[in-house]
Amino acid sequence: MLDTYRKLETPENIDLDIHIAGPLVRILAFTIDTLIRTGVQIALLIVLALLGKVGLALWLIITFVLEWFYPVLFEVLNQGQTPGKKAMNIAVVNDDSTPVSWSASIVRNFLRIVDFLPMGYITGLISMILNQDFKRIGDLAAGTVVVYRDQYKPAPKWPDSRSAPPPVALNLKQQRAMLSFVERQSTLTRERQQELANHLQPVFQHQNQEAVDYIVRIATWLRGGR
Amino acid sequence: MKQELFETHYQDKWQAFEASLSALESRKRSHKAADVSAFAEQYRQVCHHLALAQERQYSPYLIDRLNQLALRGHQQLYQSHTNIVYNMVYFILLGFPAAVRREFTFVAIASLLFFGSLLVMATLTYFEPSLVYSVYPEGAVRDFTEMYDPASKHRTESTRTTADDFAMFGFYIKNNIGIGFQTFASGFLLGAGAIFNLLFNGIAIGAVMGYLTELGYTDTFFPFVVGHGAFELTGIAIAGAAGLKLGYGLLCPGRLSRKQSLIQAARAAMPLVYGVFFMLLIAAFVEAFWSSSSYLSNTAKYTAGACFWLLVLSYFGLGARHEPK
Repeated sequence: MLDTYRKLETPENIDLDIHIAGPLVRILAFTIDTLIRTGVQIALLIVLALLGKVGLALWLIITFVLEWFYPVLFEVLNQGQTPGKKAMNIAVVNDDSTPVSWSASIVRNFLRIVDFLPMGYITGLISMILNQDFKRIGDLAAGTVVVYRDQYKPAPKWPDSRSAPPPVALNLKQQRAMLSFVERQSTLTRERQQELANHLQPVFQHQNQEAVDYIVRIATWLRGGR
Repeated sequence: MKQELFETHYQDKWQAFEASLSALESRKRSHKAADVSAFAEQYRQVCHHLALAQERQYSPYLIDRLNQLALRGHQQLYQSHTNIVYNMVYFILLGFPAAVRREFTFVAIASLLFFGSLLVMATLTYFEPSLVYSVYPEGAVRDFTEMYDPASKHRTESTRTTADDFAMFGFYIKNNIGIGFQTFASGFLLGAGAIFNLLFNGIAIGAVMGYLTELGYTDTFFPFVVGHGAFELTGIAIAGAAGLKLGYGLLCPGRLSRKQSLIQAARAAMPLVYGVFFMLLIAAFVEAFWSSSSYLSNTAKYTAGACFWLLVLSYFGLGARHEPK
């Protein structure tokens, strides 16, 4: 299926929806991280150069840590998010959606040098495109996956409306479509709402704004309003 | 139950659960145990509510919200907390030698490749010094010849300060540990990267060794390398072993799927990588502050070097003989 949602069955026997992050958003996150890392390295070089040779030693050690452990430290200590990933609202987790462990994070980040080959992360990109979970080589070896961290969305405002029972029996899927229509109402233009509602004219016998209002009434009834 | 009733009925519980989640997720780990004593209970309830909401086809927003809560709860409940100091001490005392013992085949092959190529190249260069030019450019040969020349030794060493030692320490860390990590990671290429790194480093070190021995600079070269060599050379061999393990896991999955085999091989190789980091860190320290010291006599350096080698060999030979469970 061409879908970036995955079902994860938990020990509690429920299915959770996981939203996998694709190559583009990951490339953007990586770019932000690279800029931050390079910026810090240059800034430190300028400051530490004042300290002479000891400063140089410190700079070399810090560069080493930044090169190999910058993503590892952030991913393990910061809920799977480097600053770039945080900005893009994505995070690294284990395949079973538990927080990434030290070993897994080190494997996935050390194998960047394989993903980089032959230049510019081409191997990683090809691997991501071929893999249904957008995994690069490092993710495959570590058993990790990059997912979206859904932001908290405020509850959509339910319109003030009378309720009306549906004129025909609706099955669960159809009921859900009614509810979904009302929740999405604020994101649609008036014309688009009417266009969608008009599809149901043969069933509900209403048109344009009247059809929209009628659906809202039915949804309110389904939801339990009086 | 209609959705509206469902929501009003359980709204408070979800908000309470969300509050405990935020407390757990905040970076300060100072929350008291009492705050989260109800966490598992709350989590199970949210899972139950999610299942109900899915089954009853409540509105997408509600299902999304419950899904998000359950997912966050899942991540908090199933994370592992480890005592990092205990783990490090345990690893150095038992875990590392046990891992080397467990992956002995790979360690043996990697050592054979590395030390074998080193000795062969050293012998060849000793009898045919011009071979050194097939490995190094002329400028590099001149540089290290001058560095170990007994005539110029005194001059260079007396001008070396503690600050220089520090600078070299930083350089060794960045360069040598980086090589160790690269050797491991490039093993993913069916082991080819690890084999290349082992042979390349073996030949490069062997060439210098053979060339300088032939020139008769033994009194300057060997006291310098004997100390940190114990940690550095074994460290590189073990890094190669970790890389070979990774490549072998990909090449020969046995009865596992190739992906699963790779994951398991990477997991098994990790203790070796931690160990390499640990050994190369010691090597960098010894190389920067001990090997280069001009105050120490060659006898002291040889004695200490012998002790280091004995220490490393007995660490792997005697450590963790009874595999920890």
